[in-house]
Amino acid sequence: MIERATSLLFLISLISVCQGLYFHIAETEKKCFIEEIPDETTVIVNYKVELYDPRSGGFMPSSPGIGMHVEVKDPDDKIVMSRVYSSEGRMSFTSHTPGEHVICMYSNSTAWFSGSQLRVHLDIQVGEHAIDYANVAQKEKLTELQLRIRQLLDQAEQITKEQNYQRYREERFRQTSESTNKRVLYWSLAQTAVLLVMGLWQMKHLKSFFEAKKLV
Amino acid sequence: MNLLAIHFCIFVLLIDIIDSVELTFELPDNSKECFYQEVLKNRSAILEYQVITGGQYDVDVELLSPTKEIIYRQIKSQFDSHQFTAPKTGVYAACFSNEFSTFSHKLIYMDFSLTEEVNPLPGVDEHATVLTQMEQTAQEIHKSLNAILDYQTHHRLREAQGRKRGEDLNERVLWFSIIETSAMLIIAITTVIVLRSFFTEKRPSQMKYGRLDGR
Repeated sequence: MIERATSLLFLISLISVCQGLYFHIAETEKKCFIEEIPDETTVIVNYKVELYDPRSGGFMPSSPGIGMHVEVKDPDDKIVMSRVYSSEGRMSFTSHTPGEHVICMYSNSTAWFSGSQLRVHLDIQVGEHAIDYANVAQKEKLTELQLRIRQLLDQAEQITKEQNYQRYREERFRQTSESTNKRVLYWSLAQTAVLLVMGLWQMKHLKSFFEAKKLV
Repeated sequence: MNLLAIHFCIFVLLIDIIDSVELTFELPDNSKECFYQEVLKNRSAILEYQVITGGQYDVDVELLSPTKEIIYRQIKSQFDSHQFTAPKTGVYAACFSNEFSTFSHKLIYMDFSLTEEVNPLPGVDEHATVLTQMEQTAQEIHKSLNAILDYQTHHRLREAQGRKRGEDLNERVLWFSIIETSAMLIIAITTVIVLRSFFTEKRPSQMKYGRLDGR
């Protein structure tokens, strides 16, 4: 029992550690982050917003009036998710197309001027890191070793996905290079042709002009 | 440069990372962006960054201690990794500044991770039993796979950098060729017009001046 309690305590402390990184934005500012991920990858975003309190000069731990608008766009600029959350939230989405996903956050503040400052705690976990193993172990009743193996499997799977994505990008990049090569070739041919045509036209035109003027 | 990159990777691989936040963000021109992280005393942390695109691929980086002292500072660097051990508990700030650049905004990858192996699996109770060989092997594999993932991240960043540069180049070449073609056509036509004007009889108004001169 005590063991359970300590492990739970440990878990809680770990979660609070994960909330560590934070930054400041103005109340009406929009902040975007880019995640380049393969397809079928889960991304978990944890965040917490604190509003600057001018009276105490610190940040209020909970600000009920503040909501955050979270928007996720996939590589084709289509909106995957667009929702308003409260001041603290956790959300996840799974990518369906590989590439750069843009995660944007802005508060639903109605301040006309830029208002006060917001402190945003943010944690973005991708792929295998997004899996909550404590939960998995409990749900599927796995032993420690089974859980370890499970983690290894997930990791290996993530690596395979990443490799497939790298192959895909390599292919795309190669196609771009080949098309660029082709286009440069055609362009230089066209340029030479233009040069020759212009030269011939200049000579012909001037010749007929001089002849008309009886200068030659 | 290449050798540096390899060292950079190896350095990162030597440590077990337990808690890390990776962010890729846009840094507008003339601005400064700070990220804060609480680090407990005697725990070590690694700050890693790389400029993916924009301008000369450089950025000013500063790492500040809770007392606003500068722990680490790099001016106009492209990528680096810095490990430090926190002398005391407090909030450490990593600041990226683009204040020297007036028009190019940048894309920056940042990874702030706290090291020190706590427990790779938070769900598992911590008991002080000796690990079986199987468990040990599993842990080894876990570490190796983490290393692979890390390599992949760096590879992905390098690829992104290369791709962005390629796209940039493509656009510039396109504009250059459009401008060059139009310049060529304009010059060819003006040459003819100018030459014609040299040999054309002067217009009546100019003739008058000519006669006046002749008098």
